[in-house]
Amino acid sequence: MNGIWDVIKIIIPGAIAYTMPILMGALGGLYSERSGVTNLCIEGLMLFGCFASAATIVKLQALGMDYTLSIVCGICVAMLASMALSYLHALASIKLKADQTISGTAINMVSSALSLFLAQTITGSGNITIVRGIVRRNIPLLSKIPVLGPLFFSQTYWTTWLCLLVWGASFFLLYKTNFGLRLRACGEHPSAVASAGVNVHKMRYIGVLLSGVLSGLGGAVILVTYAGEYNSGAGINGLGFLAISALIFGQWKPLGILGSTAFFGLFMTIANTGRVIPGIANIPTGFLGLFPYLATLIALILSSKKSRAPLASGQPF
Amino acid sequence: MSHVIEMLGIRKEFPGIVANDNINLQVEEGEIHAILGENGAGKSTLMSILFGLYQADKGIIKVRGKEVSIKNPNDAFDLGIGMVHQHFQLVHNFTVAENIILGKEGGFVYDIKSASKKIKEISRCYGLEIEPDMIIEDITVGMQQRVEILKMLYRDADILIFDEPTAVLTPQEIEELMSIMKNLAAEGKSIILITHKLDEIKQVADRCTIIRRGKFIDVVDVAKTSVNDMAAMMVGRPVSFKVEKAPKTPGDAVLEIENLNVLNNKGVLGVKDFSLSVRKGEIVGIAGVDGNGQTELIEAITGLRKIKDGKIKFLGEDISSLSIKERNDRGLGHIPEDRQKRGLILSFPILYNMVIKDFEKNPFSKKGILDKEVIRKYSQDIVDKFDVRSGEGVDSLAGMLSGGNQQKAIIGREVSLDPDLLIAVQPTRGLDVGAIEFIHEAIVAQRDKGKAVLLVSFELDEIFNLSDRIAVISGGKLIDIVKTEDTDVHEVGLMMAGIKKDDKEEVR
Amino acid sequence: MKKETAKVIKKPLEVKKVPSFLVSISTVFLGVLAGSILILMIGKNPIKGFERLLFGAFSNVRRVGNTLSMSTQLILMGLSFSFAYKTGLFNIGGSGQMLMGGIVSTILGHYLPSSMPKPLYVVIVVMAALATGALWGLITGFLKAKFNVHEVVSSIMLNWIAFWLCYDFIPRFVKDQAIAVKSKPLPLSRTLGTEWLRNVTGMSTLNFGFLFAIIACIVVWFILEKTTLGFNLKAVGANKYCAEYAGIKIHKSIMISMAIAGSLAGLAGLTYYCGYSNLMEMGKMPNEGFDGIAVALLGNCSPIGVFFAAIFFGALKMGKGSLAATGIPTELADTIIATIIYFAATSILIASFWKKVFKKCYEKKLAKYEGEEKK
Repeated sequence: MNGIWDVIKIIIPGAIAYTMPILMGALGGLYSERSGVTNLCIEGLMLFGCFASAATIVKLQALGMDYTLSIVCGICVAMLASMALSYLHALASIKLKADQTISGTAINMVSSALSLFLAQTITGSGNITIVRGIVRRNIPLLSKIPVLGPLFFSQTYWTTWLCLLVWGASFFLLYKTNFGLRLRACGEHPSAVASAGVNVHKMRYIGVLLSGVLSGLGGAVILVTYAGEYNSGAGINGLGFLAISALIFGQWKPLGILGSTAFFGLFMTIANTGRVIPGIANIPTGFLGLFPYLATLIALILSSKKSRAPLASGQPF
Repeated sequence: MSHVIEMLGIRKEFPGIVANDNINLQVEEGEIHAILGENGAGKSTLMSILFGLYQADKGIIKVRGKEVSIKNPNDAFDLGIGMVHQHFQLVHNFTVAENIILGKEGGFVYDIKSASKKIKEISRCYGLEIEPDMIIEDITVGMQQRVEILKMLYRDADILIFDEPTAVLTPQEIEELMSIMKNLAAEGKSIILITHKLDEIKQVADRCTIIRRGKFIDVVDVAKTSVNDMAAMMVGRPVSFKVEKAPKTPGDAVLEIENLNVLNNKGVLGVKDFSLSVRKGEIVGIAGVDGNGQTELIEAITGLRKIKDGKIKFLGEDISSLSIKERNDRGLGHIPEDRQKRGLILSFPILYNMVIKDFEKNPFSKKGILDKEVIRKYSQDIVDKFDVRSGEGVDSLAGMLSGGNQQKAIIGREVSLDPDLLIAVQPTRGLDVGAIEFIHEAIVAQRDKGKAVLLVSFELDEIFNLSDRIAVISGGKLIDIVKTEDTDVHEVGLMMAGIKKDDKEEVR
Repeated sequence: MKKETAKVIKKPLEVKKVPSFLVSISTVFLGVLAGSILILMIGKNPIKGFERLLFGAFSNVRRVGNTLSMSTQLILMGLSFSFAYKTGLFNIGGSGQMLMGGIVSTILGHYLPSSMPKPLYVVIVVMAALATGALWGLITGFLKAKFNVHEVVSSIMLNWIAFWLCYDFIPRFVKDQAIAVKSKPLPLSRTLGTEWLRNVTGMSTLNFGFLFAIIACIVVWFILEKTTLGFNLKAVGANKYCAEYAGIKIHKSIMISMAIAGSLAGLAGLTYYCGYSNLMEMGKMPNEGFDGIAVALLGNCSPIGVFFAAIFFGALKMGKGSLAATGIPTELADTIIATIIYFAATSILIASFWKKVFKKCYEKKLAKYEGEEKK
């Protein structure tokens, strides 16, 4: 009994940490797709955010900046850098009416090549490692709650709370405000929005740029929480595509993607900490590694048939 | 009386065509002003310029005597101009209220409650009967149109543009719309009605501006001008809309549908317990408002959609579980509703589009290898016979052809296969009079050859002109089948609304 | 005069169409331009950089051999992507299909008896690579056809599944005792290379794979242009609604197309891991899956275009090794490739630029012609 509790105490906080970047990526994808632009470059945007934050933090800390402040700066730079990159996707898919799948793929390639190129220029190698990430903290009082306290409020990253705040704000923005109403309408029936006097292109630019900002945040969170380094070889292991899958599995709804990203986060945790979990410790690393991707594939099979994708997603206007 | 709208010397070019060439339009305050022209004459372009969706290359626009520049729909709203589009500009999964306030929400967080209240008030004031909380996809087409009207009124528009508003309505709904329009005009609103239907103009309009091939022809007083004169001005020559058709006794049944049930995209019954037969040498027309199960019915017959239960017999054989190809091979021809989506591959040359159904058969291919010479010769024959005009003959991409020529190509392809049953869905939608006449002749010729034809059209005129018998569909159900000579538009219209002949006495 | 102008506008067909190779060349030019700017930004000399690239790719027989050998995979991956793309599918899963083809070939290379004659051996591994790749591609096609799973997302997942399978299979079946993260190297007799080719090309990595790639180009061209199967698949890609209406079985076409695309990528796995190289590394996702997309788009998805685009990218990838001396990071080559695919995505812009140029020329000619006629 005690053994199981110990395992749960390892898995749940780990799953929360793994969930947050995917959640940000999926939320970014949500903004973009709800505005009517298919965004398959979440992977590239997150990777670029990861790289940009790593480079910024290492540079600033070398200059002697306080480490928490440097992390904050790193996250901000990551959001700006990914936003800049997402502008290329916006330009291609909105203004130039390019094939959005091709453009997304191009951005993914640009991201990995450019970040590696810059990393080589900056550090001389394909990796950038930060000295230390965010220190995990207990939330006063809440962490003392039995059962829930140790699982959700102990040893947490502050970025987790930031991400959840962003998620909550997005929920409000999408469903309660004019902006959200217009954005959602753009993804369903853009000409209706245009005939109501709203600039569809502007809304779509905002949607894509927001996906850049949030993916950048997600990428930076990977770095400052569990990863600790930008690694050009492994990239971000397809987390951006997991985020897109989570978007589909979550049926393009904020609550849905919270659930689906938590689901994927859990699988990622099992894959990465499998060796310390009794019962599955004997499973070979390779099979543990493919587990989240296989689970995602199955989730896609279950959810794709009755997909409620925004009607106009992927269609230039 | 003062002119509330003046458009003078408007010119608009698109790549390849001049859509508007020096057009003038003057609308007086409080009048219903019709703009008459064939499909593709440039009516919609002109109105899109007035509404700010396009910018004119030349010409000036005056609103209430003042010259204005309308750069986007917002400018139009500010000038009090509103537009009901031919294709409704409504978000299908939003509520009525959300659709109405879209773009004019006010504040940062929108207040749906007070908006709903205002919508209800306006709705009551003009007798529109709209519930603000309903989801668009759950309400009828007629109601959706009233939502469009409400959208304009919500924005305090007093110059209202209606773009082909009756295309999707039953005759009775059209009556209602006409009276709503008259009400609005009586309230002092100025109305511009874009249409190609002469009887509607006769019914409601005060004056009428006629344009043809992008050019201004004349502006006439409707009360003093005959329908025939207006038609001649629209087309450029005297036309009769009657189709020549000799009486003919139908033969054996070709298509027999028995108790057919078909699910629609939402997973509920789109076609309910439907039975119908079509015989050799007759044209059966299916009358009904768009979205009443016609699409599901045709897709079920052609094999594009699975049926739930029932029988579809073709020349005595139940084909309901056969593949599309097997049905085509048994002699089923189909002119699809959406010629650009289903009928043609726009990025392929005409050459290949003509054999799209038969490329795997001898002589077009042997042992899996295409014989391009045979295909070319065959396609050239169709193009010549059906007068398909294009820049580079059979090598032109299908997408480069005009709508009329695209449709002629499809009809050429289907008729050349000599099908025992030809299914024609909306065969003349969006075409000019010349192409319509050609296509109507081709369909009647098929009947005269002793073949069966099943026609689906939302235009009652077309149904009445071509059909030997009329089957009326409403809500997925067959309301009744009547001989064309035994019925009239009013009766069919009532049936389109779901009211049966036998019930009629009670209604009256 | 006014009437005449109207006539010009009515006849857009008179304006020359933009040939696709012109668009491709412009794309390459823009990609190279972007690369140059990047080199300038880090304070180096671009001309010197590109000179070194060319030197690295073509300066002697061995280097030419290596470039062609590198291009082999790119040709096959480019063909793989093009083939699926013609059916309207975006095969981003080339890397996984390639890995699976590679791992099966590598395992066969180690386990088939060494007494087996080479021709028979080659036939068996080629068949195995084709079949494995086809199976891996077919999964994506099947999920798309039956469950409407977006092929980009599912094939990315399959890439990672293949990645982790190889991570398991390499140590399990073909472990190199000396280096833990690699497979045992295959002897030359069990790769696609031969002594003869090696000697002729100065010990380059050029192998039979290049011949296979050329054959694949011809076969793909033949299927797409001459056969009913090609017509069928292209029809589905161009307009699946019309294809369905005409009686073509779309689901079947999607699966066939993905299987053929997968088999080409599987073959690329063979030529890469048992030709260009002779071993597999654990935990390495081949970049060729993505490079193949760039190759296909640059080559306008036609076999001949793919061939030349692959040689170009092969030269970039081979030549980059010689960049080190200049202090320019070797990743420049990948950056250029990535930029080119972005420009390829926005090629409409380039095409419309040339169209405008052509139109200007045409109008000038017409004005001249009309002027002469008036005289």
